Amino acid sequence: LSARAVLSSEDKITVHFINRDGDKLTAQGKPGDSLLDVVVDNNLDIDGFGACEGTLACSTCHLIFEDHIFEKLDAITDEEMDMLDLAYGLTETSRLGCQICLKKSMNDMTVRVPEAVADARQSVDMSKNS
Amino acid sequence: MAGAGGRAPLGLRRWLSSPAPAPRVCVVGSGPAGFYTAQHILKHHGGALVDIYEKLPVPFGLVRFGVAPDHPEVKNVINTFTQTARSERCAYYGNVTVGRDVTVPELQQAYHAVVLSYGAEDNRVLGIPGENLPGVYTARAFVGWYNGLPENRDLKPDLSCETALILGHGNVALDIARILLSPLQLLRKTDITDSSLAALACSKVKRVWLVGRRGPLQVAFTIKELREMINLPGARPVLDPADFTGLESAVRDAPRPRKRLTELMIKTALEKPVEMQAAAAAGAAAPREWGLKFQRSPQEVLPSADGRRARGIRMALTCLEGSGDSAKAVPTGAVEELECGLVLSSIGYRSLPLDPAVPFDSQHGVIPNSSGRVQGVPGLYCSGWVKRGPTGVIITTMNDSFDTAQSVLEDLQGGVLDTSPPREGFGLVESILRSRGVRPVSFSDWEKIDAAEVARGKAAGKPREKIVDPVEMLQIIGH
Ligand SMILES: Cc1cc2nc3c(=O)[nH]c(=O)nc-3n(C[C@H](O)[C@H](O)[C@H](O)COP(=O)(O)OP(=O)(O)OC[C@H]3O[C@@H](n4cnc5c(N)ncnc54)[C@H](O)[C@@H]3O)c2cc1C
Ligand code: FES
Repeated sequence: LSARAVLSSEDKITVHFINRDGDKLTAQGKPGDSLLDVVVDNNLDIDGFGACEGTLACSTCHLIFEDHIFEKLDAITDEEMDMLDLAYGLTETSRLGCQICLKKSMNDMTVRVPEAVADARQSVDMSKNS
Repeated sequence: MAGAGGRAPLGLRRWLSSPAPAPRVCVVGSGPAGFYTAQHILKHHGGALVDIYEKLPVPFGLVRFGVAPDHPEVKNVINTFTQTARSERCAYYGNVTVGRDVTVPELQQAYHAVVLSYGAEDNRVLGIPGENLPGVYTARAFVGWYNGLPENRDLKPDLSCETALILGHGNVALDIARILLSPLQLLRKTDITDSSLAALACSKVKRVWLVGRRGPLQVAFTIKELREMINLPGARPVLDPADFTGLESAVRDAPRPRKRLTELMIKTALEKPVEMQAAAAAGAAAPREWGLKFQRSPQEVLPSADGRRARGIRMALTCLEGSGDSAKAVPTGAVEELECGLVLSSIGYRSLPLDPAVPFDSQHGVIPNSSGRVQGVPGLYCSGWVKRGPTGVIITTMNDSFDTAQSVLEDLQGGVLDTSPPREGFGLVESILRSRGVRPVSFSDWEKIDAAEVARGKAAGKPREKIVDPVEMLQIIGH
């Protein structure tokens, strides 16, 4: 655990990230912080995460949630859905981390970073040019 | 050369303290592919030194010269690229055209590995009569014009007609339609060039057709861009419900992106925009409008009576053979003519061969490779559009660049790349460039140009006013 985690006070929320290589990263944030804030503030090493800096223009902050947490997340907007459509390895419990803000009830949750699809040709049908 | 001067001693120190010589890698092109490849190599190899060469004085490729000015959030990736460029193990050399100022074999002499990430700088051509008439432009040139790409700064597109037609159903086509129809006050706050803004202020264009050879299930744009177009203030979507008959059930089991995209088109086609009807009823001026036309293949751009410019286009109607992505458009024999004074062909970008020493697949417009390793040339790699073809968003390019970087790292680790003979890197290239009278632009030079652009923009309430003349860029940094 980082020094930051040790120093944290009670209202901090702990989140575990399972990185692409299977490594578990644990970090904390305040209620209201987005999961992107948590990754950035704690310098979590997730390749390519948060390319558009939380402006709903990239989908690199795609995370996969546990069922019981996913069910209680705030409703998803069309705009987030639109960006999720472009995400790699989309699942039934996928959301964009920059749009999900921490709540007390999320303490100790585990989110998974989807595997990047190496074969980028998969996305050709949604490409720039027809 | 402040950047290079600042880095050399650090490189040397590392060199003296480590047993094996530091691997020297160079990257050709400073778009997303170049920067993401460099980033990944630097991050996962603690000793590698990476030099990035760029043809233009200024970096970032299509992030600066392609991404639409009203999408500033997409350009946030520049912050990460800037961090990479400022790393002590990375250097940027702008104003160097590889293939002309320095050859690929020369770079291979100077570096252990060379990664080609030079993008797709040409476009596919329609190959139809009338294509070269005034009033017909490629999407590439038009985008370059409004984004301040030096080679397109004098395009001066003729916007004096009411109807524009864009050939192509991709995001680039939607970008152009949006720029043509956006309210001026929205564009004014972007980094669109001053002269393009002035031209758009006088534009008479109020109707834009986007034409595709295939059907609604084959469109290549993404839902975000479509939704943005549908919500564009002051412009009305015109979609023919007949084009979408039966599609709802056809996409029921399609992958989610295709399903949602199609459903949005159907919903828009069936919806009667209340506000617009009210405006029309109140006798307000006809709003701007745009629409999608399907299953039409361009045959000829028709000249005006005096033969001096485009006045319309003749299209063959098509039917589809097969379904899904592989459906083929086959002419039915019927034709249709449409009046339009502005024709923009947005049928794709295209990579060009760079150097006789590099294999090139001209049929697919890519460098033949496996996982970024150029076929038959050890030590040579490629990433981005020149590796994969000109499709996909920045994230696609990021993933494929990480994949190429991974190949470089594996080859370094596995001994495929022999790093025991030290390589001189920029030291060698510098003397070659000097002998040819080429003066590179460093990253700190770029930061001066950047600051000048931001300062000019500030006065006008824009994030920046791009400098469009390379000579002026070089003046700012005292070259
Ligand atoms: C009009 C347009 C709009 C787009 N909008 C978006 C968007 O909104 N969101 C999104 O995610 N993606 C967008 N894209 C896609 C995105 O731009 C590409 O995926 C990405 O830029 C490809 O990266 P690249 O590095 O391969 O090529 P490029 O970005 O083209 O970079 C290639 C670089 O190499 C340089 N170069 C070329 N030849 C040489 C040479 N001989 N020597 C040295 N340097 C050379 C070029 O000057 C350029 O800087 C858009 C693309 C276009 C065309
Ligand atoms: S960080 Fe880009 S969409 Fe979340």
